[in-house]
Amino acid sequence: MIKKLILAIFILLLGAGVAFFVFKSEPRLNKNFETQSLFFKNHPFRLGLDLSGGSHLVYNADTSVVSAGEVDDSMEALRDIVERRVNLFGVSEPVVQVQHGSLVSGRGEQLIVDLPGITDVKQAIEMIGQTPLLEFKIEASENAKQKPQKVTVGKDGKIDLGAIDLGQKFVPTELTGRYLQKATLEFDINTREPRVSLQFNEEGTALFAKITKENIGKMVAIYLDGAPISTPVVREEIPNGQAVISGSFTPAEAKQLVGRLNSGALPVPITLLSTQTIGATLGDSAVNAGVKAAIIGFILVALFLILWYRLPGLVAAVSLCIFISIILALFKLMPVTLTAAGIAGFIISIGIAVDANVLIFERIKEELRSGRTIKDATSFGFSRAWMSIRDSNISNFITAIILFWFGTSLIKGFALTLGMGVIVSLFSAITVTRIFLSTLGFMGEGKMARFLFSSGITRT
Amino acid sequence: MFIIKHKKIFIGLSIALVALSLVSLFVFGLDVGIDFKGGALTEVAYKNARPSQEVLNPSLEALNLGNVSLQPTGGLGYIVKTRDLSDSEHTLLLNALSGGQKDVLTETSFNSIGPSVGRELTRKAILAIILISFAIICFIAFAFRKVSKPVSSWKYGIIAIISLLHDVIIPVGIFTVLSHYYGAELNTLFVVAVLTILGLSVSDTIVIFDRIRENIRGYTANSQMNFSQIVGLSLEQSFVRSISTSLTVILVLLALFFFGPLSTKYFALMLTAGMFFGTYSSIFLASPLLVLVEEWQRKK
Repeated sequence: MIKKLILAIFILLLGAGVAFFVFKSEPRLNKNFETQSLFFKNHPFRLGLDLSGGSHLVYNADTSVVSAGEVDDSMEALRDIVERRVNLFGVSEPVVQVQHGSLVSGRGEQLIVDLPGITDVKQAIEMIGQTPLLEFKIEASENAKQKPQKVTVGKDGKIDLGAIDLGQKFVPTELTGRYLQKATLEFDINTREPRVSLQFNEEGTALFAKITKENIGKMVAIYLDGAPISTPVVREEIPNGQAVISGSFTPAEAKQLVGRLNSGALPVPITLLSTQTIGATLGDSAVNAGVKAAIIGFILVALFLILWYRLPGLVAAVSLCIFISIILALFKLMPVTLTAAGIAGFIISIGIAVDANVLIFERIKEELRSGRTIKDATSFGFSRAWMSIRDSNISNFITAIILFWFGTSLIKGFALTLGMGVIVSLFSAITVTRIFLSTLGFMGEGKMARFLFSSGITRT
Repeated sequence: MFIIKHKKIFIGLSIALVALSLVSLFVFGLDVGIDFKGGALTEVAYKNARPSQEVLNPSLEALNLGNVSLQPTGGLGYIVKTRDLSDSEHTLLLNALSGGQKDVLTETSFNSIGPSVGRELTRKAILAIILISFAIICFIAFAFRKVSKPVSSWKYGIIAIISLLHDVIIPVGIFTVLSHYYGAELNTLFVVAVLTILGLSVSDTIVIFDRIRENIRGYTANSQMNFSQIVGLSLEQSFVRSISTSLTVILVLLALFFFGPLSTKYFALMLTAGMFFGTYSSIFLASPLLVLVEEWQRKK
């Protein structure tokens, strides 16, 4: 008996400790949050974009320009570059991830960018999209041996092609901005015109050498974001991996281009597929509503348990508190990104968590009716209810797993919180409740005890 | 047990509800949201006063965005539905809504989904539905793998699936009515709700069927109880528990519906309906059907 009591107190203390952690690490609850140790500060709830406000962008990456074997590498490079861009801009905790094409998600590689706190979507798109795409193209056919054409870049950023149609004449090569090592701003010694000098990396140098070797006397067009900015004629093979772009830049334009090139040229072109922006106020009210719903839901369930199942109900309500503390602590520690759907999953799991308890208590009641003592009825109740508990949880768990496997981020949030709820509730509703109930043996077998252990509107 | 005695009334009621839901589904149809078909949803709130739709319409038409629908929201806001918008079109739309910066507004949310993303999500949703249905049927097959008399196992399985369909079709029917009168749209959460109902409601039916089979083993050997009496007894033993377990979930769902975030309101309502009819069907549909099947067998 003493042993059981100690175990029960230990579980209670543990639960209280977990709850204390949840409280301490939450700036909304803890007024002295700023003075807390780093451990607490590092574990706030992580809120999804729909709750914190921000932008969610989905880009399609056109990987047809790279060979099949290099798709993964290119996408990783793309991710790194976009992430660097976003970081430069000072977004807190941006998430940039690659979604590979598959049978399930359909063909095509996608880049998903989450920007918490950025609600000006125009600004967000610009800061990603401005990264230049640099391409080198060669003449398509033998016949055109024209003089190099100067193309002017206007002040508004538009490129004046004159009367020539360049698009038809050039075909892309493998050489793109992904092979760029660095770009520098130079001034022509004679004309004092600003120009941009490019240094390729090892692979790029080899490619550039090959291109220049095969195209001596022909034009090589340098394309920036799909438009030609310079079309020099190759005079000789260039083995050292250096190229110069000498469009008609103003010094400021050239400097900007250098900056953009150095922050990373995109290895593959991307197009924006979808945008989602949520204002911070909308997110805030969703959080408040979610918290309110959770608290009210908990109170309703606890009231039902206590009124209907009396003493065991009270015990179940206590284990429900422990369940909630554990789940919230897990949300913080894993961490789980909470969305409105995720909160809904959590709230539903509060309802499901007591399922097992209800099954057990109904069994206990039956065993009591058949004339067993409270002690026996309790232990029989637990063992006989197990099959039903297992069955009713399996189907929920199957659903949660499949939803998690297939879902978009919205569905994943829901599936994860629901699935975690199902697992943790098995522990809280069975183990914790059992330990607590077993300490209540001192109540004896009197009339009062039997009343407290029965349920509903019956008196025995 | 009165449920078994009046089984035809309860089965009839279920059939009527399902029929009504199907009629409403075909008459009203489902309003597919931008999640699946692509498009843009812009939500704005005006600082002072909301200009009337008549005032805004000419400038919106001038944008050439095709069909633009304005839906008032809250006291000072609009939800604007259009096809998916590029960055510049989005800016133009905001400009038009503010009457050329005349009426101060803030954009509370903007969501533009390209048609290809919508197609992708549709494919994912269909796959998830197929997979979950398959997994649940496997689960049912597993739960009823043991042979039992007088009704064979696979009939339990079929009845479980029938009541599962019942549990899904009625909430969908309710949703079509909501969709027609309140503009609820078929979105990702709708699909999640349907799938969650599948998971939640099947367990209830299985638990009651388990009880019936347990009682069959215990009673047929040594008593005069016939099949319908055993089913009635099993129902008596398990309906309180069945209602209690659903009630706790329904309580939290109602809290979510009345106090929870706006975005999960219809979701909570659908799940509440699913939960309610899931419990209803396991008590008032599945078990009576079982008795009905057994009676037919004997007549043959």
